[in-house]
Amino acid sequence: MNAAHALIQVVSAGSLTTVQDTGRERYRDLGVGRAGTLDPEAAALTNRLVGNAASDALLEITLHGPVLRFAIPVRIALYGAPAPIAFKDAGGATHPLRTGRPIDLPAGSLRIGAIRDGLRVWLAFAGGIDAPRILDSRSTDLRGGFGGLDGRALRADDTLTLCAPPCVSVDRPVSAPWWVAPDIDALFGASASSSATSIRYVPSTHPSALALGSSDWRVDPRSDRQGLRLAGASLPNPLPEQISAPVAPGTIQLPPDGQPIVLLADAQTVGGYPRLGHAIGIDLPRLAQCRPGQPLRFEAVTQGAAHRLWRERQAQLSRLCMAIDDKLRR
Amino acid sequence: MTQAAIEALADDAWLIRLGETMHPTVNAGVHRLAASIRQAAPEWLRGLSPAYASLGVYFDPERASPDDVRAWLAKAIGAADAGSTARTDDHNDHDCVRIVEIPVAYGEDFGADFVSAARTLDLPAQALIERHCAPLYQVAMIGFAPGFPYLLGLDPTLTLPRLSTPRTHVPAGSVAIGGAQTGIYPRASPGGWRLIGRTPLRMFEPSRAPPALLRPGDRVRFRAISADEFAILAAAA
Repeated sequence: MNAAHALIQVVSAGSLTTVQDTGRERYRDLGVGRAGTLDPEAAALTNRLVGNAASDALLEITLHGPVLRFAIPVRIALYGAPAPIAFKDAGGATHPLRTGRPIDLPAGSLRIGAIRDGLRVWLAFAGGIDAPRILDSRSTDLRGGFGGLDGRALRADDTLTLCAPPCVSVDRPVSAPWWVAPDIDALFGASASSSATSIRYVPSTHPSALALGSSDWRVDPRSDRQGLRLAGASLPNPLPEQISAPVAPGTIQLPPDGQPIVLLADAQTVGGYPRLGHAIGIDLPRLAQCRPGQPLRFEAVTQGAAHRLWRERQAQLSRLCMAIDDKLRR
Repeated sequence: MTQAAIEALADDAWLIRLGETMHPTVNAGVHRLAASIRQAAPEWLRGLSPAYASLGVYFDPERASPDDVRAWLAKAIGAADAGSTARTDDHNDHDCVRIVEIPVAYGEDFGADFVSAARTLDLPAQALIERHCAPLYQVAMIGFAPGFPYLLGLDPTLTLPRLSTPRTHVPAGSVAIGGAQTGIYPRASPGGWRLIGRTPLRMFEPSRAPPALLRPGDRVRFRAISADEFAILAAAA
């Protein structure tokens, strides 16, 4: 099978569909941020479902998904927010599909519709998406303008290739008889008693750091992959702008207007706004699912607690991965 | 460097503060510490982010717990401190420092704010150019965008306020002054600093090795060039 067989044609691109992997960490000293998926856990699971490595590149889909056409059979999986997914075969028949399981598809087109609960879903192809490795990663750096597809989101008429030719032969969609249910707590973190997404954070020594946890916030529509902007009662900001210091995905900044910003995967490497602390790693997936207007609550925890929670999550994920591998071997 | 403080920056990153000022000596301490950590290359090290007076250290929590990394860093700070004290006699920091010359075409054709900058500073054009070319600058940090160097060492008489409304388009290679700092925009982007000239060099090419022309801690000297020389160098870049 030659490489041209592994072509995926972008019929329509959706709101913001990008090629991402685990991102870049080694070039921070040159001003290069992490980029990569907003939810590394969901992305790793999606890859696992099609037998890929956690570091393989996949598509991160935001709000409204793309329409993709393949000329040959492929194996895919989706995981993340629930999304309407439909496959149209060469004969024109439409088949609804579901997230959380490997699916073999014949030639045809895949349509991912509007996401209504949450904001993002990840789509992996067996073999992984091929894009040039730039600074050790295939991730799209939208701010730097490199990686993925020329440093930009997918557009209609783009083509994607896979690193390994698929070894699938089906004439209708075949979904695995098992699935991984979306982890509602990990992805959304809303409790039954409240519709607000709960985000745990490690406060800094800033005088307003604890006040973040005692107010109600909503997600401002100007949020993007670089940062989630919060809207609410302005926090006092008695400190002057400081000399620029390193920031990271999860850093909570307080600009002069008193409306905090939680930095996400596309965060710059340094920033001058005072720092209220950082959102803990296992709650970054929740931030990735926050739609404009979504209510948020912040809860202060210690760095030690954050690490304990992270280790528990890793143990849970590795059990899940073993179960998936076991299913895939049968 | 005795007042170094270590704070949590993320679950997988510590922030080391060596001071609160934009001072070349403090900044040199940051680069010295970064170099010693990079040289030690602990297996958990993922990345380093040096800034004016602080250093971000990113680690792999699967290889070491945050507490272990913190303890290791505290020791590394102590060792770097002792090393710098031992060297205060000969000031030999410059031994391993690179000096990079950046050619710049100054003037209104290359920097949209050149004329207004000279007027605001009440300087003849030539004096503005000479004063901007005179210092040996220090690359304090690279940030804002990939490859954007923040340079320490600007002649204080060249201090200019940032634009109240940032430009939506600053041409790639623009050399600019923002407050008491000067820097170079590596690619076309929005920006609020005053543009006084442009370099034909490509400051950042992600597919080039190394991708950035400048590294944190490098020294930089600007050399004024003519429009003709700019055209020749731009064609070769």
